[in-house]
Amino acid sequence: MFRNVAELVELAISKNKKISEIMIEQEMEVTGRTREEVLAFMDRNLRVMEEAVERGIKGVKSHSGLTGGDAVLMQKYIEKGNFLSGKTVLDAVSKAVATNEVNAAMGTICATPTAGSAGVVPGTLFAVKEKLNPSREEMVAFLFTAGAFGFVVANNASISGAAGGCQAEVGSASGMAAAAIVEMAGGTPEQCAEAMAITLKNMLGLVCDPVAGLVEVPCVKRNAMGAANAMVAADMALAGITSRIPCDEVIDAMYKIGQSMPTALKETAQGGLAATPTGRELEAKIFGIPRV
Amino acid sequence: MKYRSVFDIIGPVMIGPSSSHTAGAARIGRVARSLFGREPKWANISLYGSFAKTYKGHGTDVAIIGGLLDFDTDDVRIINAIDIAKERGIKLRFIEEEAITDHPNTARVIIGDDKGELELVGISIGGGKIEITELNGFELKLSGNHPAILVVHNDRFGAIASVSNVLAKYEINIGHMEVSRKEIGKLALMTIEVDQNIDKIVIQELEQLPNILKVTKIVD
Repeated sequence: MFRNVAELVELAISKNKKISEIMIEQEMEVTGRTREEVLAFMDRNLRVMEEAVERGIKGVKSHSGLTGGDAVLMQKYIEKGNFLSGKTVLDAVSKAVATNEVNAAMGTICATPTAGSAGVVPGTLFAVKEKLNPSREEMVAFLFTAGAFGFVVANNASISGAAGGCQAEVGSASGMAAAAIVEMAGGTPEQCAEAMAITLKNMLGLVCDPVAGLVEVPCVKRNAMGAANAMVAADMALAGITSRIPCDEVIDAMYKIGQSMPTALKETAQGGLAATPTGRELEAKIFGIPRV
Repeated sequence: MKYRSVFDIIGPVMIGPSSSHTAGAARIGRVARSLFGREPKWANISLYGSFAKTYKGHGTDVAIIGGLLDFDTDDVRIINAIDIAKERGIKLRFIEEEAITDHPNTARVIIGDDKGELELVGISIGGGKIEITELNGFELKLSGNHPAILVVHNDRFGAIASVSNVLAKYEINIGHMEVSRKEIGKLALMTIEVDQNIDKIVIQELEQLPNILKVTKIVD
């Protein structure tokens, strides 16, 4: 069983296999399930992600009314064609937003690694799909690669906003997505790790400060930027750019930052954006009572 | 390692909006239901830390009740769980606790009916994964990842050996085991995580053993 990113990459290189394959083999070993069972289970999760994106792109609204409809706006903007960044990046943003808008509306999603950060991995996957035309198997493999890196973060740091802030949720998701994009685009296992490191470095310190305690503001837009961050970091790694701080040390730094983060900024709705005048006003309006 | 499967990371499939505060909460409720073995008539739920501060926004209350009604994390009935529970005549009480707990997402669930009650403390550690840390006053550590049996017994020599002998006879492998007691020589609890599902006949045989008072199984 691999315990850190260095061991994961080393395993992939020594066996001359992809990261996704190492994850599949470990899953079979740990659970005693057959390869077919493991792949079928992931395929089911992929289907849930597809359905959430499709639903979100048509437009949903949350019960509080705080979020919904932004995925549609983004898709319409892309169609007009005069965007500034790039089509794949914006498509990833739109599809990440779509997923989290469905989540906020209490729809069905697949946590990757959490529900609050569920948009980043599928958002990037379905955007990159348009560019790389992967097979269904390669799309399933994307999720195993993302899962392998998430597995390391979850065991060595945290994937909980209440324990480690948003860097542990959207930060982890973003790093997982970047690594998976690199593999799908034909990058090496080392490049996957570089992409994860570059991404996570730029998410360090991100706090979890949901307005009214709802997984809506700023969670939906953090997923948007998590997807964009992953896309750019993947391109950087594929260009041959490396992180001066190794991936495992970045993960460890994230863990320690999370530990020293004040409770008010760890999913308690007591600090950050949740404690702004507008955040408080929205909270009072939604729950009908001021809860200062 | 706390997380063992890739599906702890890519998963679970669930009703939004929060894996820790909704899916994890539902799982804590469902473990309580599974241990209680039947639908309770009443439930008192204490929420701590981040659970206490944000449960309304995350639907943590709804999710725990969904779990008590035996709904899985992806069951859409979770959304209406509180209404469903009330329709079935279950009395519900939620308490926002101020006390600081070791883990920010902690819930104490006390459920019961005219035949008995059960008290359980669960923590939601992220991504929908949970651990049970206390059961009826006994400290324990139960991941809910594997089939497990909980054995309430008298704190006497030989009790543990007799239970493991029966499991060995049925070729059941123990993955993790813990013993906890409140006082020397009084009640004790064995928590045994196993690799195989356990048949009813094994449970019955365990219950026949001297000093063994009650055996409950939790299915994966």
